Amino acid sequence: MNSSTAIEIADLRVERGGRAVIPGLTTSVAHGEITGLLGPSGCGKTTLMRAVVGVQIVKAGRVTVLGEAAGSPGLRRRVGYVTQAPSVYADLTVRENLVFFAAVLGVSRNGVDHAIGTVGLDDHADDLVARLSGGQRSRVSLAVALLGTPDILVLDEPTVGLDPVLRRQLWQMFASLAADGAAIVVSSHVMDEAERCDRLLLMREGRLIADDTVPNLLEKTATDDVESAFLAIVERSVS
Amino acid sequence: MSLHVTFAVAARVLKQLRRDHRTMAMLLVVPLVLLSLLWWMFDRDDVVFNRLGPPLLAMFPFIVMFLVTSVTTLRERSSGTLERLLSMPMGKLDLLLGYALAFGLIALVQALLAVSLTVGLLGLDVAGPVWALAVVAVLDAVLGTTLGLFVSAFAETEFQAVQFMPALVIPQILLCGLFVARDAMPDVLRVVSDVLPLSYAVDGMQRLQQDTRLSGDFGVDLLVIGGYIVGAVGLGAATLRRRTA
Repeated sequence: MNSSTAIEIADLRVERGGRAVIPGLTTSVAHGEITGLLGPSGCGKTTLMRAVVGVQIVKAGRVTVLGEAAGSPGLRRRVGYVTQAPSVYADLTVRENLVFFAAVLGVSRNGVDHAIGTVGLDDHADDLVARLSGGQRSRVSLAVALLGTPDILVLDEPTVGLDPVLRRQLWQMFASLAADGAAIVVSSHVMDEAERCDRLLLMREGRLIADDTVPNLLEKTATDDVESAFLAIVERSVS
Repeated sequence: MSLHVTFAVAARVLKQLRRDHRTMAMLLVVPLVLLSLLWWMFDRDDVVFNRLGPPLLAMFPFIVMFLVTSVTTLRERSSGTLERLLSMPMGKLDLLLGYALAFGLIALVQALLAVSLTVGLLGLDVAGPVWALAVVAVLDAVLGTTLGLFVSAFAETEFQAVQFMPALVIPQILLCGLFVARDAMPDVLRVVSDVLPLSYAVDGMQRLQQDTRLSGDFGVDLLVIGGYIVGAVGLGAATLRRRTA
């Protein structure tokens, strides 16, 4: 394994109800990069991310994270994971949620304030999560994942429903975390977010159909945007 | 195992309950209202009130905590917070004990109120030490909590979780000796009753009522309930899976 490799996936196979959701997938993710996982809804993005975090039952293959098998106890402090639906307590305030998760992770109160600030929720720190908008709730969930500055950040559609200004801020934050050496995996079904990633993994029906940087991808497909590139690759593989 | 995390879980659960005024009021007030109703029904008959009072003191914490915990943990499973916690450095026991601690504390308050009301105001006759009634009630509540945690794994919706109460709790109420003395039951039912934990709580309460001193048999009752609690925690831990399909 290369020293800059953060996540290595070899022949990963995941089945659900007897059907192969991911028939066999091999790739790797580097430190210091934002890796975008793109594809239509239902293509296996979430399943792949769950396998990296180590919460997915896998049929075969190997997922290695920071040199350890995915889901190993040693990784539980070092991998931050944000699910698509915000997993926080609606009947607690923003701060109470973070204080609780910080206690589980052994992170100080300073870390809590910092995480709330990073996602821009200072003004809502003492509001009940139930009273927040959908976008604000997903930011609370994101703040929890940022506690303790994890080495690996796995984010499942973290920017859905956010206003453009905030979306740009979050991408800037991802970029600065990556610059500090974190490996960031972000999924999205919005192709225009792809431009912000250092590297793209395009997925369709559980398979990787492309693995490249954005400029390379556009050049190879002779297209101007990622959506057209995706279509070009799909059409090429069908014909 | 980390005490720090266990306490964090307990504090968080209590915070959530504290904010839910209606549930909190129901937890603490409903048993008092029901016990008063019972006393009123048998207005001219202290004997019946004295016979029914102790079993009911054992039953309320068990039923209420079973319901509250099964729904709360189901919510934790379906909202994704359980998966998140299990992907963090959170021991399964930390989580289970945190829940048991939080609901055990609520049960302690509930038991103190119920015992003060029945013994202090309504004149329930208890020969043994009154505090021991509260001990049985709290153990019972913790038992309800741990069983509720366990069954929540088998429910997909809150409707299903609530249905476990008639399925698992009502048979225990029928067979615990409240309606028919356990000795007088048909042999098969007697054996079943011997296996159900609530029977021991009711036995313990009845012993406290009759004996002035804490007997060895009372100690055995407590041990059996404790054994069931440990067993339910073990089963509950087995249902907490870090990896799911």
